[in-house]
Amino acid sequence: MRTAALTLIGTSLFGLCSLAEAARPLEPIEIDIRDKASLQRGAKVFVNYCLSCHSASYMRFSRIASDLVIPEPLMVEKLMFVTDKIGNTMEIAMRAVDAEAWFGVVPPDLSVIARSRSPEWLFAFLTSFYLDPSRPTGVNNLESRGTAMPHVLWEYQGWRRLAQQVENAGRGDSLSLEMAIAGRLPDSEYKNMVRDLVSFLAYLAEPVKPLRQNVGIGVLLYLAVFLAIAYLLKQEYWRDI
Amino acid sequence: MSSRSGRRSRLLDWIDARFPLSKLWNEHAAKYYAPKNFNFWYYFGSLALLVLFIQIVTGIWLAMYYKPDAGQAFASIEYIMRDVEWGWLIRYMHSTGASAFFIVIYLHMFRALLYGSYKRPRELLWLIGMTLYFLLMAEAFFGYLLPWGQMSYWGAKVITSLFGAIPVIGEDIALWIRGDYEVSDATLNRFYAFHVIAVPLVLIGMVVAHLLALHEVGSNNPDGVEIKYRKDSKGMPLDGIPFHPYYTVKDLVGIVVFLILFALVVFFIPEMGGWFLEHNNFEPANPIVTPEHIAPLWYLTPFYSILRAIPDKLLGVLAMTLAMVALFLIPWLDKSPVRSIRYRGPLYKTALALFTISFIGLGYLGTQNPTGLYTLLARIFSALYFLFFLLMPFYTKWDKSKPVPERLS
Repeated sequence: MRTAALTLIGTSLFGLCSLAEAARPLEPIEIDIRDKASLQRGAKVFVNYCLSCHSASYMRFSRIASDLVIPEPLMVEKLMFVTDKIGNTMEIAMRAVDAEAWFGVVPPDLSVIARSRSPEWLFAFLTSFYLDPSRPTGVNNLESRGTAMPHVLWEYQGWRRLAQQVENAGRGDSLSLEMAIAGRLPDSEYKNMVRDLVSFLAYLAEPVKPLRQNVGIGVLLYLAVFLAIAYLLKQEYWRDI
Repeated sequence: MSSRSGRRSRLLDWIDARFPLSKLWNEHAAKYYAPKNFNFWYYFGSLALLVLFIQIVTGIWLAMYYKPDAGQAFASIEYIMRDVEWGWLIRYMHSTGASAFFIVIYLHMFRALLYGSYKRPRELLWLIGMTLYFLLMAEAFFGYLLPWGQMSYWGAKVITSLFGAIPVIGEDIALWIRGDYEVSDATLNRFYAFHVIAVPLVLIGMVVAHLLALHEVGSNNPDGVEIKYRKDSKGMPLDGIPFHPYYTVKDLVGIVVFLILFALVVFFIPEMGGWFLEHNNFEPANPIVTPEHIAPLWYLTPFYSILRAIPDKLLGVLAMTLAMVALFLIPWLDKSPVRSIRYRGPLYKTALALFTISFIGLGYLGTQNPTGLYTLLARIFSALYFLFFLLMPFYTKWDKSKPVPERLS
């Protein structure tokens, strides 16, 4: 009975996890939110290319400086364009009404975007822009059809177009992109750049994650010792039952 | 040393003359005799108390920083996650605790079904327990609106709109519950009041009643044999042992094992792949963008599935209500002469197995889009769910039960 029960709980827990994962058939990407150099590069791209239209209003510049080991003067000089107070959160100057008039939608705040959309999705989105003259921005996106977002990283990736017109408008393998005008970076380097950016977004979504895992290991070690003591105590009391 | 213990006993005498401290301690712990054969399934009662304690303590701290305001709620959660010292730990403990509470309670209820713990004289204990289960669902539902994410908002909208299905007065009831024509700031404020004070107050009162009722009739056990009929010369049950220290030290082991699993989730997979914290709920509530797929959190989905399985809204709500009410009636539907599954025949075992599969199946289907095959499956599982109750008086009566021993085996 006991083993049956444990198996039941175990399989249902693991079942739940794997089912949830299977919902998004996206290419896996390797990101490491403990790789500070990668996060620093991602932060640079973020403040230069994202943080004009998108805010990250739950995150403070000072937190980034201390987490990513960036000296404060350097942070203020190189990574802060909208404020000079390092304790401020990452707000933008664009007003919501203007954004709506210009883009049709207010660009979402990016603080927790990596938790509502997965890093895999963000990577796929940022690598899937293609030329589409029917769109006001001149580009469309395989991951998010009809997106209002322009291809802000075009200088690096260049412009791509659909390799063949396909009737099926859904996202799928049938659609592929080819280079129309080359950018400053070869494909592999552009992907590395996006990977750094996505790593930064993942960090931004949950800056406490490395600390959480470190504390977790300590807690588990403590509980393991506690378990041994509790078990021996129980055995001692129950010897004569 | 002796003077200190003498002083302590004098203090105890002083208190006992004014408050039944020793009496309470003896009645509910030191001289509360519990059967000596509790197994794995008997950990979940004390674990439910532990999770209740975790939820209340973490809840108090969250309430210190959370803002029940449609304009600030979402941001205040992220403030807790980032700027409040150890706020992330408190928040993850609370969000994981909600799901852990239901896992523990479902296993606790399943134990009652396995060993017939609802049968005479424990009918009232079962009724109080079922009331607790529904209070817990209400508590979870109110609490889920508070993060003010997309799922919070649309989940609350779907559930409150269900009241609109009631003929004539339905729309007015829905309006009265929401305090507005839509789920709004007014709804958030009242849900907050329900979540932090109204429901917990009743919940704690009912937990006390549940324990009092249990200690009045005594615990059942995996054999389903009453231990109080066989007593030694001192009048103590031969097969019973004092709850303290035997079960306090045993439950301590269970508590540590639980805490290890709990810590694994809190520290390493707090989202549990989207089952404990849904991805969509990291998007702020937006009344003009309907999510592709709306589902309540996993612990409410069995009933949600029954609701969706029926094409008519009013009949669906009725079926869902009946599915909940049916659980209360089990003590009177079960006509078996024995309690424990150990001495029951194949009919009850089959029925319980089918019921368990249906309940888990309905729970899973409730989280998925109701397309062709899934709707069919949900209907089959719903039928099996109701048949478990409807046919219970018959299969429990006709079942071939085995002879029950006089004492614990």
